[in-house]
Amino acid sequence: MTRLAADGVTVRLGARVALDRVSLAVEAGEFVGLIGPNGAGKTTLLRALAGLVEPAAGRVVLDARPLAAIGRRDRARRLGYLPQDGTIHWALPVADVVLMGRLPHLGAWDRPGEGDRAIADDAMAALDIADLAARAATRLSGGEKARVLLARALAGAPEILLADEPVSGLDPYHRLEVMEHLAGLAATGTGVVVVLHDLALAARFCRRLVLLDRGRRAAEGAPADVLTSELLASVYRIEAVRGRHEGAEYVLPWRRVPSSSS
Amino acid sequence: MRRGALLAILTLFALAAFAASLGFGPVAIDLGAALGAVFGDGPEALRLIVLEIRLPRTILALAIGAALGISGAALQGYLRNPLAEAGVVGVSAAGALGAVVVFYFGLARIFPLALPLGGLAGAAVGVWLVYALAGRGGSTATLILAGVAVNALAGALTALALSLAPSPYATLEIIHWMLGGLTDRSMTHVWLALPFILAGTFVLATLARGLDALTLGEDAAASLGVNLAGLRLRLVLGTALAVGASTAVAGVIGFVGLVVPHLLRGRVGYRPGALLLASALGGATLTLLGDLAARLILTDREINLGVLTALIGAPFFLALVLQARRAEP
Repeated sequence: MTRLAADGVTVRLGARVALDRVSLAVEAGEFVGLIGPNGAGKTTLLRALAGLVEPAAGRVVLDARPLAAIGRRDRARRLGYLPQDGTIHWALPVADVVLMGRLPHLGAWDRPGEGDRAIADDAMAALDIADLAARAATRLSGGEKARVLLARALAGAPEILLADEPVSGLDPYHRLEVMEHLAGLAATGTGVVVVLHDLALAARFCRRLVLLDRGRRAAEGAPADVLTSELLASVYRIEAVRGRHEGAEYVLPWRRVPSSSS
Repeated sequence: MRRGALLAILTLFALAAFAASLGFGPVAIDLGAALGAVFGDGPEALRLIVLEIRLPRTILALAIGAALGISGAALQGYLRNPLAEAGVVGVSAAGALGAVVVFYFGLARIFPLALPLGGLAGAAVGVWLVYALAGRGGSTATLILAGVAVNALAGALTALALSLAPSPYATLEIIHWMLGGLTDRSMTHVWLALPFILAGTFVLATLARGLDALTLGEDAAASLGVNLAGLRLRLVLGTALAVGASTAVAGVIGFVGLVVPHLLRGRVGYRPGALLLASALGGATLTLLGDLAARLILTDREINLGVLTALIGAPFFLALVLQARRAEP
């Protein structure tokens, strides 16, 4: 079974220590939420897991092999990464953007074949964007673009998907839609790590949460164990309304906690 | 339109422009006679005109146009900005400076290859500078400012070389060459520049997949298996080879790399990788036609090709800047 793990990873960005000895593991079929305030190191941890940033200490392993020892193409085939900055720079048709997910599966001079197109079409159908195939990717609404980029990641059929803020800027309907897709992906065997700012979504969908605070892991566990009043106050500096609905935890940020130092 | 059909049509255009460039000039030669002369048929005078005068500049126009077209498409794809071009961002000016240094010290007389190598070194420094100043995916304003800075620096150093030139004649020679043109180029120039241009064009053509992936940003491209450091190295090397060698033998011919990718981008479905070869063919056609126009517009003398492309390209550039300004609030 596929297992991606960061093991005591420290990352320095310039002089700043962005991550300080953080560990996180995700296995096939798991749905892990990575949460924390702005600047806590969520994106850096996700980039380290994707092999996009070299740890100064510690290591990232994929099935017990150091990520750095796995070839670029092989790694790209197994790990999907959805960056936070969802800019699409040229007005490519949506179908071509989704097809880019197949790049790691092509030989150096191959062009995408019928099989690749079929997989890309399936990904578009799964996210209900088949009718956008010919649309210029620069002319999409926020919700459409989020789904197009997710379809791009799905087209690569990764074993582990790392998604950075895939719901930022989306309305509630599309937030739920994207989260449902990610949960469905995990249910069918893909390991998913998703960075979230929306604590309600994190509590509702993720089985396990990892809370980062100033580059360190502050807590890890089931939503009910991580989104406690104490941790929300000390890490997020907020007070929240908490409760249960349909058997799941929910959290609603209510007011800021007056800062003790000021 | 399918990509194969587009490339076939562009190839036909380039071949037609190539034939026209051999046939037209102060002395009109019909196509059959011109092609015959290339293969050694026909009267002595005709063969002389075609082989000694027109063939070298035609080959150079083809190669340099292809180099400018593909390098423009590659720079735009890499920087993700439709305003990037060797001339605009100062790579051509830096290449010209490299060649001027070679002229200035008379190195070309001692060692002919010094000319393309000087242009190449200058262009390489130029690409690095632009990259260092404007970064990747930077705003249009940053890119243009980087271009202004590199152009100003290269221009200042070139002016210094000119003001210290040993004789007025040398100054004039350098200025005339810098205006950009293919007048009086011989097969020697072809042999000096062609290998470098071919190598550079080939290196740039290998960037297709990486440039496609960069459409989604650097992190997404890297996660798709693209080696970003290798891509950047190949971009700098390819641009330096292609633009540096072109500038060394023909001076600064601006805007071809700006106009051609812009005209063809929609026809290749906006895919930066697919734009590379199409822009090489389109650039070759445009430069061949431009050189032809430079010969024919005035009856008593020639216009410098670089001057002509600037006259057409600068307003075009202006329009693109206005368009970009509207898009960036």
